[in-house]
Amino acid sequence: MKPEPDSETTQTPPADTPAADTPAAAEAQTPGGKKKRGGKRDDVALPALGLTGTLRWAWTQLTSMRTALFLLLLLAVAAVPGSLFPQRPANPGAVTQYLEDNPGSGPWLDRFQLFDVYSSAWFSAIYLLLFISLIGCVIPRAKVHWKALRSKPPRTPKKLSRLPEYGTLAVPAGTGLTAAEAARDAAQVLRKRGYRVEARDLDTDRPSVAAERGFAKETGNLVFHVSLIGVLASIAVGGLFGYNGQRIVVEGDTFVNTLVGYDTFSPGTNFAESQLAPYSITLDDFDVTFDRQSSTGNVQPLDFTASVTVKEDPNDEPRTETIKVNEPLTIGGTRVFLVGNGYAPVVTVRDGDGNIAFQGPVVGVPTDGVYTSLMVIKAPDAQPDQLGFVGFFLPTALVDGNGVSFSGDPDPVNPQLNLNSYYGDLGLDEGVPGNVFVLDTDDLTPLNNRDLDSGGIVLAMNQVQDLPDGKGSISFDGLLRYAALDIHYDPAKFAVLIFAVLSLTGLSASLFLARRRVWVRTGTNDDGRIMVEYGLLARGEDARLETEAEALRGLLEKKWMAGGAAPQEDGPDTLADASVAGSAGRTEESGKDD
Amino acid sequence: MPSIDYQLAEYSDLFMLLAAFTYTVAFLAFTWDLAKSSKTLRAIDQKAGTVQAAVPAKKAMVPAGAPTGPEGSNRQWDASSAALTADDAMGYTGERRNAARVAVALTVLGTLIHVAAVVSRGLAAHRVPWGNMYEFCTTGAMVVSIVFLLVLLRRDLRFLGTFVVGLVLIMMMAATIGFPTPVGHLIPALQSYWLIIHVSVAVIASALFTLTFAMSVLQLLQADREAKARAGGRERLGFLKIVPSAQSLETFSYRINAVAFVLWTFTLMAGSVWAEQAWGRYWGWDTKEVWTFVIWVVYAGYLHARATRGWTGTRAAWLSIVGYLCVVFNFTIVNVYFSGLHSYSGV
Repeated sequence: MKPEPDSETTQTPPADTPAADTPAAAEAQTPGGKKKRGGKRDDVALPALGLTGTLRWAWTQLTSMRTALFLLLLLAVAAVPGSLFPQRPANPGAVTQYLEDNPGSGPWLDRFQLFDVYSSAWFSAIYLLLFISLIGCVIPRAKVHWKALRSKPPRTPKKLSRLPEYGTLAVPAGTGLTAAEAARDAAQVLRKRGYRVEARDLDTDRPSVAAERGFAKETGNLVFHVSLIGVLASIAVGGLFGYNGQRIVVEGDTFVNTLVGYDTFSPGTNFAESQLAPYSITLDDFDVTFDRQSSTGNVQPLDFTASVTVKEDPNDEPRTETIKVNEPLTIGGTRVFLVGNGYAPVVTVRDGDGNIAFQGPVVGVPTDGVYTSLMVIKAPDAQPDQLGFVGFFLPTALVDGNGVSFSGDPDPVNPQLNLNSYYGDLGLDEGVPGNVFVLDTDDLTPLNNRDLDSGGIVLAMNQVQDLPDGKGSISFDGLLRYAALDIHYDPAKFAVLIFAVLSLTGLSASLFLARRRVWVRTGTNDDGRIMVEYGLLARGEDARLETEAEALRGLLEKKWMAGGAAPQEDGPDTLADASVAGSAGRTEESGKDD
Repeated sequence: MPSIDYQLAEYSDLFMLLAAFTYTVAFLAFTWDLAKSSKTLRAIDQKAGTVQAAVPAKKAMVPAGAPTGPEGSNRQWDASSAALTADDAMGYTGERRNAARVAVALTVLGTLIHVAAVVSRGLAAHRVPWGNMYEFCTTGAMVVSIVFLLVLLRRDLRFLGTFVVGLVLIMMMAATIGFPTPVGHLIPALQSYWLIIHVSVAVIASALFTLTFAMSVLQLLQADREAKARAGGRERLGFLKIVPSAQSLETFSYRINAVAFVLWTFTLMAGSVWAEQAWGRYWGWDTKEVWTFVIWVVYAGYLHARATRGWTGTRAAWLSIVGYLCVVFNFTIVNVYFSGLHSYSGV
């Protein structure tokens, strides 16, 4: 991995084809140089490579730009299936459903980890290879850059006129300026403009100044890539020590931050239960505001506010807080987010013996914008038979032309429960964890539904309905709202943010800064005029090189000709001759193109 | 929450319609300019052709020049048309193109009306005018035409007019026909100052990607035409004469893409910060996040391709096109058909 030595670049500046120094060429210097070594078939395909040789070859291949590009594009393609198939971490229920609906293809998709794309072996392999390739590219580049940072600007090329930007100035005789002073002035101007400058041959008759700027471009590039590694590492740390959990809290309920307090909990690999701060959150009230002004007639939510009482510690004084969407509550090092809400009708189920088999709020799962909520009520304690109910809660029940009930508004204007009932074995006794929001009715006997003589159960608030065959009764006693809370703890998120900001800064520097070299050579003409020639060379693509040349020219003119003497544009012939004469004592190759 | 001004919203709709009509006429004028200019150029070429016929050796020399690279060969080849077309630096040449002038004037007028429409929509709702698909589309289209006009101040990109104004029209049609949404308040999930930061930058980045998409398509057509011309084949797609060389299209679209990529990176990061604020995690592979990431990676690939031997030129242009198709896919299909946390965008 040897980029072209700087001197070489400057000795043969591409006068007519600046394209040779486009980023393609400049950036490919590093990986491209490597590629040359690894890519030459004659060198590599010969048998006597040996183990180290093979490893070296593999490393060279992996860290080449071509491979990095390939891996990048592969990463883009590999990320797509995650948006096409349901993903376990985001929506485990949807995956189960998908597997049930597609018994043929589902297991095969699962075998190829298409439901866990972002933690799958193949996705991980791609990004890990990409990052290894990145590291393999960044380290040598950093070394080269470190050297470049400490090296002096490159030697002044013999023929400045061959540089992509070239110009001459002639300072009239009699100003008292000498060639060496002119060179010093030029050096000062360049230094002020942010160039790293070295004046040379000041004691000769052809002094020159070499200047270079824009090292921050490559620094930015390196910072960007290193920061990406930092982002990945921080995410990994967050995954190790962080945790998150979900809890549905009905009005009046209290969530205590212990493992049993969560409905679902995803700990990081290194999570310990002692990490949980002993705070508690009580949902006092949940307020919802809907927009009824809308001209479409669609009612859409305007505001959700959870008013809570929190205690940092069981012995602490309680204080009141609010949680809104986009306004999480920070407590005990964690953040509590409001991610959902809905209705929890309070019901009482009595069994055939007249005893209360179930009593309390039942969380309904909203299925649309008007909170038509899916209800599942399980009463495993009912005797002699366990009872189960499935149906809908309608906040504002209306009946359409076909006699089907629907909800006309998300607010509880006419709350109503529409349920089917079943009896039999609910399947809860085997200890197999089941979804509380799903009732498997396959092995149950229907008691109430629209197709039976008994009909479906329709309950308005404060109504009771007896079940057929003396199996019991169900009553709709009240209505509460609930809030779905997500509790997150991620100790590494600030590190992620810092690395992200660093990478953005680095990226901007690497894309928008220009690395440029400027040389100025001065001399005294026979008639006493001070002749100045300058040339600019961009390393990499630089659309503003011409502007920079103009700006420099303006600054030099201002420096020497502020007295009113018109700047003289001198024919390059004079200077070209002079430059040949002036460099006679030096040993560089010259006139290659002549 | 202040109530919505429906009267103003109606004016907004009216302005939107007027802007679309103005753009339509501008589109026709741009197309007329392309057709007219290429006709003029053909006439010049024919004249030059009769001269060339006298020197048959000249034609054979053109393919010989090909290996020196696209830049070198084009210059020679485009020399006859240089008087009229935007040159490789895409500066203005002082040549009068009346149809193009009318087209630009109409685009300016259309954009002003469009700005009035978008601003009145925002004022009517008392919020930023990008809270649903209709508003993303119309505001995005406005940003595209503003960016186009701003670039026109510095460069002669009038050859792009047909394509850019065409895309603006498509976006406005998609908004009014595909996602018509009456003005309304923001749902709680969108009530955040991050909406202003995240979405506005995303819209600007998308507008820039729209420009480079048009340029990349032209670049491919132009590269194909250049290759055919070098091989001495018959000339088709005459309007491309008014378009700069494939090489300079590539260089310029690279510069715009670099800016757009930085903005897209910012979009992605601001989105992450907002996601952390709203949902508790900065990245969760939600469908929208997946596609934002895919777009980012594709354009990162594009930038790397430009620095990889054998991947510049046509292949890089294809990556830029694929990236833009991903942007469009992310905006339309993902918003409308994929379920995810972002699927509240007003459809």
